[in-house]
Amino acid sequence: MPRPGFVLDVDRSTPPILFHHGEGFRLERLPAGRSRVIYPAEPLEALKNPDQAIRDALANPIGDSEPLAALLKPGMKLTIAFDDISLPLPPMKRPDIRQRVIEAVLDLAAAAGVDDVQLVAALALHRRMTEAELRHAVGDRVYDAFAPHGLLVNHDAEDPDNLLFIGTTEKGEEVEINKRAAESDLIVYVNINLVSMDGGWKSTATGLASYRSLRHHHNVHTMRHSKSFMDRHHSELHSANWRMGKVLRDSGVKVFQIETTMNNDVFGTEGPMSVLQKREWEWNVKDRISFTAMKAGLDRLPQRTRRSIFQSWQAPHAMTSVQAGEVEAVHEVTTANVYAQHLVPVEGQTDILTMGLPYISPYNVNSILNPILVACLGLGYFFNLYRGKPPVRDGGVLIMSHPTPWEFHPVHHPSYIDFFEQVLAETTDPIRIEAEFEKGFAEDEWYRHLYRTSYAYHGVHPFYMWYWCAHALQHLGQVIIVGGDTRAVRRLGFKPASTLQDALEMASDVVGRDATITHLHNPPILMADVS
Amino acid sequence: MKALRFERNVPRFAAATVAGRLAAGAGAKVGPLRLRSIDPPELPGPGWVEVLPRLSGICGSDLSTIDGHSSRYFEPIVSFPFVPGHEVVADLPVAAGDVPAGRIVVEPVLGCATRGIDPVCAACGRGDLGNCELIAFGRIEPGLQSGFCCDTGGGWSTRMVAHTSQLHPVPADWTDEAAVMVEPTACAVHGALAADVQPGELVVVLGSGALGLLTIAALRRFGRDCTILAVAKHPHQRTLARQLGADTVVEPGEVARAVRRTTGSMALGDGDIVRLTGGADHVVDCVGSEASLAQSLAVVRPRGRITMVGMPGHVHVDLTGLWQREIALAGAYAYGTETLPNGDRRRTFDLAFELVAAADLGRLVSATYPLARYEDAIAHAAHAGARGAVRIAFDLRNEKERNRA
Repeated sequence: MPRPGFVLDVDRSTPPILFHHGEGFRLERLPAGRSRVIYPAEPLEALKNPDQAIRDALANPIGDSEPLAALLKPGMKLTIAFDDISLPLPPMKRPDIRQRVIEAVLDLAAAAGVDDVQLVAALALHRRMTEAELRHAVGDRVYDAFAPHGLLVNHDAEDPDNLLFIGTTEKGEEVEINKRAAESDLIVYVNINLVSMDGGWKSTATGLASYRSLRHHHNVHTMRHSKSFMDRHHSELHSANWRMGKVLRDSGVKVFQIETTMNNDVFGTEGPMSVLQKREWEWNVKDRISFTAMKAGLDRLPQRTRRSIFQSWQAPHAMTSVQAGEVEAVHEVTTANVYAQHLVPVEGQTDILTMGLPYISPYNVNSILNPILVACLGLGYFFNLYRGKPPVRDGGVLIMSHPTPWEFHPVHHPSYIDFFEQVLAETTDPIRIEAEFEKGFAEDEWYRHLYRTSYAYHGVHPFYMWYWCAHALQHLGQVIIVGGDTRAVRRLGFKPASTLQDALEMASDVVGRDATITHLHNPPILMADVS
Repeated sequence: MKALRFERNVPRFAAATVAGRLAAGAGAKVGPLRLRSIDPPELPGPGWVEVLPRLSGICGSDLSTIDGHSSRYFEPIVSFPFVPGHEVVADLPVAAGDVPAGRIVVEPVLGCATRGIDPVCAACGRGDLGNCELIAFGRIEPGLQSGFCCDTGGGWSTRMVAHTSQLHPVPADWTDEAAVMVEPTACAVHGALAADVQPGELVVVLGSGALGLLTIAALRRFGRDCTILAVAKHPHQRTLARQLGADTVVEPGEVARAVRRTTGSMALGDGDIVRLTGGADHVVDCVGSEASLAQSLAVVRPRGRITMVGMPGHVHVDLTGLWQREIALAGAYAYGTETLPNGDRRRTFDLAFELVAAADLGRLVSATYPLARYEDAIAHAAHAGARGAVRIAFDLRNEKERNRA
């Protein structure tokens, strides 16, 4: 029986706490008597027979939906959309959940005599997936059967010939998605719901959408009114997607939703990384030696080598549930299953929130966590991992630990470089950034070219990363990065600190000398359920 | 009198070349520039007067000479030994022609009038003194400017001579610091107007040392309405570039991306820019190095224009792009008479006086040194950007010899 997540009150006997620090780690001693650490739950039990569970889910749909087999008919047009490289994190060991689900769907399609099938990576404005990444996601058998015939493709949100305007929501939001998918008799959407933000109508209405459509909810207003975007019922981001989903449904777009959840087994139970999944006071001698050796070894390696080692890590996380059928009904069950793994009850807020940022975010798989992504990972994703209210009070201080190098992957993030050099040099105010700069980047022909033909994120993507931070930026009184490149941290508009102690000292100017502290011990992922 | 003198001394010149490669400004310690007690220059002929320098700036061409980087191109048009210093505000002890006694700025170009050549050459006839065809002829020794001619002396001394045609009175309410900026400002005004920028065009100004900053100010005041993208390395340069009229200021490594963004150009390269397909309408190169010329060629559009205001030397640059993209490459040296966008013809120095006052350019003088500390002064000037400075000058006002009868 896995142990649930919990909150540790730090006292004098508490050992130093693990902070992830990019492709490295720090052990930090938190002040006794006024600090607490939120630990994630241990990994939930994996499904014993995931393939059978998938077949069962397809045969026993949730909500107003027939079993998948009954929806598949000869002569029909079927589009199978699936989540892209941004999920899961880290990438999972083979076979990927998507492969298992897609193979099951294709078996049913073949049995039903469906021969017009196309697979599409629902990447919205993310970069295209490479052949290796697609093979990893869908498996070699599926890839070899479809890709050579042009039937396994990356969604292209800038392809005027393959986008279809569906209509507008009651709030005037334009809905435009992949034409092939929209004109199909059935879309089967294959999700990996790593966090509670994923899935639901966000899958189709975002993953298969165009910039014209996405801009209605990927903006500062929406993000400031999503508290948090991990909590669907208090997330304007989700409300907008649900409104768009209604437009899709009303226009006759039929979606069979398959959602899967996975456990928290990020670092495994064997090998040097397994220590990262243990609670510090439970580290045995072997763990301590293992951690010390790993840290010392990493510290001596060049950055490029460290990055290569971490990026090659494939997590053993396993499927804990699968549910299929009507989008909204499926998503309710999925969300409950995600919460079962992630939610940790937390009482009240503190003055300071600390977090150690790891090497990976949804947007730098096989890439570089550039400074904008560092900001987004901390202020966007980690900060928003709450239900109820943030674990840090209004006007409090966020202290993040990450090297924050002034470094970008030029192929994946070309417009990020310009955003950093031009936009953030001018202002860090999300409202100004949105008003003055977004359109130019979104419509830039070079970025458009690189997004469509190379492996670049869309020109507007760094803006979305900054908007992702907008709620936290509005809520917090100060943001400090420990151990980061000073110039890069300042360019982000944050304060650099050499050590956690320096950061706490700096924070005292904002929140006083006896400030209370919450440390988010993430990853593995947790979500604070703050009362 | 006391003077810094540049002597023809081959071993010292070689030493300066080596030292200058190791550290900018190091040529001052081992090279041909020496602090000497020498006789004041004699008046070369009618119309010449003695003036007493007050401040004299150290410019990029001076540093290049001191560090042995100057091209041998100059050999026939300078005369040794010479006292450097061509950015000069000085005292004129007695009235000369229409110029009353008092402070003056020297316009250092040694054209036909100063050389007693009559009739003057075609360029001088047009008022384009910088293009004088007879700078190695006439009654004075070769020398393209005061400060490079053995007969005239230069500003890095307590006394020099100047022709009445070179004298520009300084308004009484001006500081010496403002006055000493007139000459480099004139260079910048000439460069800015030579670029002939059209309304709405994008101009990249490479380099935000004194010349770059002054060029930005000149483009903004006298040029047509355009977008100025300045390239500046140091924080104070970025601040000044904005204050003086740049619309955008970027760091050197960011210029290609900035030009691409501003122009909406496409680029070759997979995220990293290998080459722009379009580019800026104009680049004004205020650095004059191999790297800056290569960068100019990389960011200017087809049929665009590069104006070299900074003094270049021997450079090794791939000109294939210049050929294939039909880029115009032109120099802009010194000053004379300018044609303004409205068609008016005015002397460059008059425009420079106007600009110095309007943009408060005296503030660009960051530090002054006595002649005795010339090595420190040269080192400071050679590292001005990194040390938060713009223009360094010699201060002759308190030199004892200057005040002797």
